[in-house]
This record gives sequence, C-alpha cells and structure tokens, in this order.
Amino acid sequence: MLAGESLKDILVDCGVTHVVWIPDSSTGAWDAALSSANALTLIRVCREGEAVAVAAGLLLGGKKPVVIIQCTGLFEAGDSLRNFVHDFGLPIFVLVGLRNYYAYRQGRSRDSAPRFAESIVQAWQIPYIILEDTSLKDDLAAIYTRSVKEKRPQVVFLAE
Amino acid sequence: MLMSQRQALEMLALHRGDRIVITTMSSTGIWPEFSDTPLDFGYIPSSMGEGPPLGLGLALAQPERGVIVVNGDGSMLMNLGTLVTMGSNPANLFIVLLDNGIYEVTGGQPTAGSGRVDYAGLARAAGIQRVYAFDVYAAWRNGAAQALTGSGPAFIWLKVEARFGQKTPQAPHPMADQIRMLRQVLQVDS
Repeated sequence: MLAGESLKDILVDCGVTHVVWIPDSSTGAWDAALSSANALTLIRVCREGEAVAVAAGLLLGGKKPVVIIQCTGLFEAGDSLRNFVHDFGLPIFVLVGLRNYYAYRQGRSRDSAPRFAESIVQAWQIPYIILEDTSLKDDLAAIYTRSVKEKRPQVVFLAE
Repeated sequence: MLMSQRQALEMLALHRGDRIVITTMSSTGIWPEFSDTPLDFGYIPSSMGEGPPLGLGLALAQPERGVIVVNGDGSMLMNLGTLVTMGSNPANLFIVLLDNGIYEVTGGQPTAGSGRVDYAGLARAAGIQRVYAFDVYAAWRNGAAQALTGSGPAFIWLKVEARFGQKTPQAPHPMADQIRMLRQVLQVDS
C-alpha cells in the first residue's frame, strides 16, 4: 500500500482541498499524514453515503474533495452516489479500499465484498478502475487529473 | 397549539439573511412561497437524509455565506450520525428541523420514536453547542432572530403540525438549473 506521505503529496499536487473519509484497515495508515497536511482538510464522517454528500457540497461550493472509504461502505453509499452523480451530475471522486482483492483473485478468500464491488459500480454506471500496489503512485494522479478535466465521476479501487 | 410548517418557514424566511437555504422533502414545496432566488436550493431529487451533510460541505466551502438546511424528522433519523460530524467539523451551518412526527408523503405513518425523541438533546450530545427548541409559534416568532443570528453550527428544533395526504413535492427548478444558478451567485466555476 502507498505510504501516507506519498498519497498526501499526490493529492496536494493535484490541488485537492479536502479529504472526506472513513478509514479501513489498510488506508487507516494514512491518517497521520492526511490529518497533519497543511494544504488538505481532513473531514471525518460517520457513514459513507454521508461522505459523498459532504463531498457534493464541497464541489458545489467550489472546492476539490476526494472521498476515501472502504468497500463495504461503498455499498452503503449507493443511494447517495446515485443522487449526486446522476441527479446532480457532480464528478465525485472516490478512493475505495478493496479488501481481500488479491486473495479473492487467487481463490483464497470467501469474503463476498470483492465479489460484488465491481458489479455494483457497473450497475451504478460510474467509471472505475482497480489499482494495484505496483502502479498506484503513478496512476492515481493521472486518473484524478483526467476526472477533473473531463468533469466525470470516478471510483478508484485500491487493491488490498 | 403546534405551529404550521408555513408559519415555521415564514419566520425562517424573515431571518435567513443572505444564507443559502437548502430545503428537503415537504419544505421544498412550501419554501418558494417565501423565497425563490439562486440561494434557495430545493434538494429534490434527493437521497433521503443527505441534506445536512450536503449543507455541511457547502458551508465548509463557503464559510462567509453560511448555509441553512431545513430537514424533516424522518430525514434526520436516517442520518443521525451527521450531527456528530457537524459537531466535530464546525461550520457556518444551521439545521432547522421541522418535526411533525410522521412520514408526510408516504401516507402519514409515524416516524420511529415519534413524539418521544429529544432532538435537542441528541444535537447537544453530538457536540453542537447552539441548540434551540420551539414548540409553539409564539415562541419561534420571539426566538427566531436570536437563533438565526451569528454563525453556526446551530441546531433549531421546531415542532410543527402534521399534514396528511401530501404528495412528494417538486423543486421549483430542475436540479441542473439550481446548481448553475447557485454557482453563479457564489462565483464558483462549474
């Protein structure tokens, strides 16, 4: 997994103003870097649909937020994403920790979360990509920049 | 005697200043009688319960402007955690809770805990320090100016009459137009 300082640098370089988040067991390691970043405001929320709504308000008000949540929380956030992506037309950008993805791909996990994650965002008609550790750092900035330029929503699954 | 939603909203309109007002569900149908400007945002179509966090994000982005979210008790119950988020991320945000104890547009069924939930207590326990409660119109008329002065976060609990036989209202303008007009007045690039 990417180091917190590296993620922070990527987000700051991209002009991200706010991180709205609920950590998972992997991304939680980013907390110290994100909470101490002068150029970023970290907003801790209670539920993932709420995270999307806060990000929507920030976008309406001219800020550049990124949502960071866990994959089970993505499932919870479905109605909120539907509303703010499709009814509002907002380019919500979401980083999602995809737990047990490597184990699932190798047939070593019975966790249903990685099984449903892709099909859920396909059903919601939100562009997505799965990033693995080897390409995370280089690709994340490019994906975010493209999302902003094209004003389109994006889910980025971070393989765990 | 409880106040009507119209009375509650009329008084809010008198004291909202130049804040953004986000209405949800029933209030979206009534609010345009009092104000219909680019700063009035009818949150329909919605994701029920997400009005307060939408307002929180907007308030964090536009701290000088300030935001008022008019929420119902059914919507509030769907996202009680957002009171904690408000309490721990202070912003110039006012929640005005219109508590009628029912789901108005689904046939008037009671909300969970109808008439028994202490919303002011919940807000205080969540860390919101400015909390007000008004259960009759005279009290709201006398207290609205103070409750709506200064900066948020603040939580205002209004007990209002239930209306039955209501349909889901429509926002006065399509969502895309509301967003465009709001961003224009906020001078935010789309």
